Amino acid sequence: MSGSVLRAENLHLWRSERQVLKGIGLTVRGGELLQLTGANGAGKTTLLRALCGLNHLEEGRVFWNDQDVREDRAGFHASLVHLGHEPPLKPDLSGVENLRFWTGMRRRITRAAIDDAMRSTGAGEFSTRPVRTLSAGQRRRVALAGLVLAAVPLWLLDEPTTNLDTDGQELVATLVNAHLQAGGLAIAAVHHGLGIDPARLRELNLAA
Amino acid sequence: MPHSLTPPLTAARLVIARDLTLAFRRPEQLLQPLAFFVMVTMLFPLSVSPELSQLRAIAPGVLWVAALLAALLALDFLFRDDAQDGTLEQYALSGQSLTWLLLGKTAAHWLLTGVPLSLMAPLMGYTLGVPPAASAGIMLTVALGSLALSFIGSIGAALTLGVRRGGVLLSILILPLAVPILIFGSRATELAIHGEAYVAPMELLGAIVVLSFTLAPLAAAAAVRISLE
Repeated sequence: MSGSVLRAENLHLWRSERQVLKGIGLTVRGGELLQLTGANGAGKTTLLRALCGLNHLEEGRVFWNDQDVREDRAGFHASLVHLGHEPPLKPDLSGVENLRFWTGMRRRITRAAIDDAMRSTGAGEFSTRPVRTLSAGQRRRVALAGLVLAAVPLWLLDEPTTNLDTDGQELVATLVNAHLQAGGLAIAAVHHGLGIDPARLRELNLAA
Repeated sequence: MPHSLTPPLTAARLVIARDLTLAFRRPEQLLQPLAFFVMVTMLFPLSVSPELSQLRAIAPGVLWVAALLAALLALDFLFRDDAQDGTLEQYALSGQSLTWLLLGKTAAHWLLTGVPLSLMAPLMGYTLGVPPAASAGIMLTVALGSLALSFIGSIGAALTLGVRRGGVLLSILILPLAVPILIFGSRATELAIHGEAYVAPMELLGAIVVLSFTLAPLAAAAAVRISLE
């Protein structure tokens, strides 16, 4: 996992008449966080979605460990988690049930491991309540537990601190730091710095 | 990788289990097509004639048209919730084959709509003067027909994901493909009602099920991928 590298070359993407990504290139290695900054509408979300293949690139290539991701899309997807604005949790299921499903899609998981992860993100207290009864910040804590449980090297985070209180924002920093120390890599679209060790931090400003 | 990926069949089973749990937590969506089916078939004795021999003659057509429309109504829900809350996107990013996951979703959809419809069909047949002896035949034909319709319909449901209020478009897309199911299904039901052997049209229905089962999930997966962009 420590040797993982995500590299992208010359990414171009159009939204009808507007060119959103204009020849973006980036390289992120294991242990590094790439912060995407830029004004609203600068293309942070689009870039994250394009990297994992949710948005179609007109031009450019993405390499995972020096292999073009188009050659092994399933393998690439199995190594990443994309956490968007609204975590895909079913309102009628509890946090535990949601996470058991999403983690179960990737690997075998025990109830104890889910409980541990939820406690570590401060979601332990409301882990068995239906997600529809949770606040937006509480839902995000459940989603962060899912991120930890997935145990994959690449995190793509779109505004990971949205809706979180000060404690929660520190929690995101702690989680990302632990992930980087374990050799993982992350790309995060942010408005404020996450509070990551500057030695591990790289920045890409999309406004330019 | 520190762990091996969940096998596709297990993933599909997880999808089925989850969709069943969700449906039972919120049963309104489940009951809607069933209530529609019951209402439509009940209207015929009121509007055509209370004469049982007349009702019996039109029973296969009434049952099948009502079942077909009820199933189409239910198809609209197949992927809509999952598309709205981002579940489909996560399916596409899970490293699992989308085809298997959609196969699971469609199977769950049939269990939740097709099976209740096929259990209800003999009862409604009874109100149309169909002898109870034909119950097994009716149940079997509606079960097979709705299974084929769920699979074929999954293509239409996936194609209309990007369309707002795609329900009507979905029906227009799917109805022509559903015509063979309607023909063989109502023929088999008619034979069953008259106490004759209904194996031949059933075999044709079975062939449609096999064909749609093998091809539809692939097409639906391709359509979902397009809709995600």
